[in-house]
Amino acid sequence: MAKKKVTNVNLVQRPIKKWAPLFILPTFAAFCIGFVWPFLQGIYLSFCNFNTPKDAKWTGIVNYTKVFSDAGFMNAFKNTAAFAIVSIILINVVAFFIAYALTQKLRGSNLFRTVFFMPNLIGGVVLGYIWSMIFDGILKQYGTYLTANGTYGFWGLVILVAWQQIGYMMIIYIAGLQAVPEDMLEAARIDGANSKETLFKVIIPNVMPAITTCTFLTLTNSFKMFDQNLALTGGLPSVIENGAKVNVTELLALNIYSTYNINKNWHGVAQAKAVVFFILVAVLAIAQQAATRSKEVQQ
Amino acid sequence: MKKLFALLLTLAMVLSLAACGAKEEAPADKGENAPAAEETGSVYYLNFKPEFDEALQGLAKTYTEKTGVEVKVVTAASGTYSDTLTAEMAKDEAPTIFNIGNMSGLKDWDEYALDLKDTALAGELNTDGFNLYNEAGELKAMGHCFESFGIIVNVDLLNAAGYELSDITNFETLKACADDIHARAGELGFDAFTSAGLDGSSSWRFSGHLVNMPLFYEFRDDGVVEQPATVTGAYLDNFRNIWDLYITDSSADAKTLSTSTGDESKAMLTEGKAVFYQNGSWEYASLTEAGLTNLAMIPIYCGVEGEEKAGLCSGTENCWAVNSQVSEADQKASLDFLYWLVTDAEAAQVVVDQLGAIPFKSAPESANGFLADGNELASAGNYTVTWAFNHTPNVDSFRATLVTALTAYSADPTDANWDAVVSAYVDGWAIEYATVNG
Repeated sequence: MAKKKVTNVNLVQRPIKKWAPLFILPTFAAFCIGFVWPFLQGIYLSFCNFNTPKDAKWTGIVNYTKVFSDAGFMNAFKNTAAFAIVSIILINVVAFFIAYALTQKLRGSNLFRTVFFMPNLIGGVVLGYIWSMIFDGILKQYGTYLTANGTYGFWGLVILVAWQQIGYMMIIYIAGLQAVPEDMLEAARIDGANSKETLFKVIIPNVMPAITTCTFLTLTNSFKMFDQNLALTGGLPSVIENGAKVNVTELLALNIYSTYNINKNWHGVAQAKAVVFFILVAVLAIAQQAATRSKEVQQ
Repeated sequence: MKKLFALLLTLAMVLSLAACGAKEEAPADKGENAPAAEETGSVYYLNFKPEFDEALQGLAKTYTEKTGVEVKVVTAASGTYSDTLTAEMAKDEAPTIFNIGNMSGLKDWDEYALDLKDTALAGELNTDGFNLYNEAGELKAMGHCFESFGIIVNVDLLNAAGYELSDITNFETLKACADDIHARAGELGFDAFTSAGLDGSSSWRFSGHLVNMPLFYEFRDDGVVEQPATVTGAYLDNFRNIWDLYITDSSADAKTLSTSTGDESKAMLTEGKAVFYQNGSWEYASLTEAGLTNLAMIPIYCGVEGEEKAGLCSGTENCWAVNSQVSEADQKASLDFLYWLVTDAEAAQVVVDQLGAIPFKSAPESANGFLADGNELASAGNYTVTWAFNHTPNVDSFRATLVTALTAYSADPTDANWDAVVSAYVDGWAIEYATVNG
């Protein structure tokens, strides 16, 4: 063994700190080019009438007034909110209990984990088309079809997304459950806690970080839902209600996309919708983070 | 291990920097060559038809070899043309030739399209019928090929059922023939119509093409030549006639048309399970390749007075526009290239083989049997049913509502459900018009 060297931490760190900006530069530049600039340009364009970004003309808040008078957008907002609530609860509850079951040292639990995780590896568009065939195949027996009304489409999407995301959230919950300190569980057992008490008083408070992560992911995923919505129903059925056109099963992202494709006068409106959408998702996500973080315990 | 990891990260960073550097060099390099390119100009053709891509790439290469003018051909993936065009137009090297599909497309791209009126290319046209003019009366997009749709008939099967093509001259005779074949389907081994599928791969045949019948006739009666704010639906009963025939005289289950695809419908024709199949001249090559030799295309009859003199529905969504915002040299090079495409004997032959018929003076005859049927009808003095649906406002949304209503009606053909179809057509048009122009 060589003799122990005493290193002055400051001596090592000072030159590194001096050069830090240089090391940050490439990533920071990429972040600016790939995110900050397009984001600022997007906000600017939401106040413009444009066909291509080159010929943008400033029009003020006209686009935003159109956003809030659009029946399709309001309908998509309601759908998205309902969809988010249902899928957040369903996915997290089911994923948690599957994870709980699979950490109970069952035979073949590794196999189950793999199988439950696998749907997550299939792309959204493919899943949408496959599930539309499955649902239509089932509904055919009853002489009806998936796009016959909004209810089928809505629950179809919920089932699809639950099937796809439960496996992913399950993995996060398994990691959280395995991190619950064994001594704490043992202490609970010695103190005479039954399994229900152990679950709600010991395990759940300890997996709060995983719950925070999973609710955040399911919340943002639900709001950003696009491919599955497009491939499963494409927003159909499309009906006329009270003199306005409404795509019954359309969610926000798909509504923004189809708004853009109406014609060039709607490009700016779609952009304005996207800005509103961003603010909405950001506010909800921050609120959710604050709410679940406050319940986390120090281990 | 840690050292290796750090080394890899450093390497990745250096490489990404190097990549940035390389990109920056590219335009500088161009700068030196730019003056030379300015003089002759170059062509960037953003192609609309995926099936034309391969032939067009070949033609571009030939043209470059002959003249030295650089021709770049890019084809947008099917269904993404407007997205691709928007993205490409925003670039410094924008397309010099692009496609405008219809009047609403022209409204979007008017500022980018050159007036083609006095060009040599325009002098080669043999009809003005497929061109798009803006409000100022400038020729902004030139229809360079046309297509026809109608009811494709497997004549062998029709004969086997005891009918001749000449027996069908209007809706009554079509219905009599189809009803009879449907009634005897078990004994004949085939049915009258292929499935009227309303899946996305097939529904455009009806929400887009079949709906052209009521639109065309009401526009004809009302003298409509520009996109109207409202439609009356005066001929929707005729639309119902023909739609009822499609869903009744077919072996397909009308309750599940929402999942019935275009391929299924086509297979019913190619496998000899049905006589009639509504589609267009673009299907000719694939149907003959599938082994059908005795095919004909007849007009879509729906019970309108005087329809014995109807022809096929002919029109186009393929109109060339030249970008007015690129350099004059590039504009000239583009016009020269297009002129060569339609006047050079070999090039024009390739274009005709790929696109069917093209409306230019020196172009060779098309080998497409359906277009020949259309010509025959036109020569016999029958009126051509133009593509009135090109006026449709916010076309995808209009069609989606119509498909929703048609699907519900087909599953349960009641008058109440038909009212929803009428509403999708009449109210839907007004709503979409307000959306687009509001």
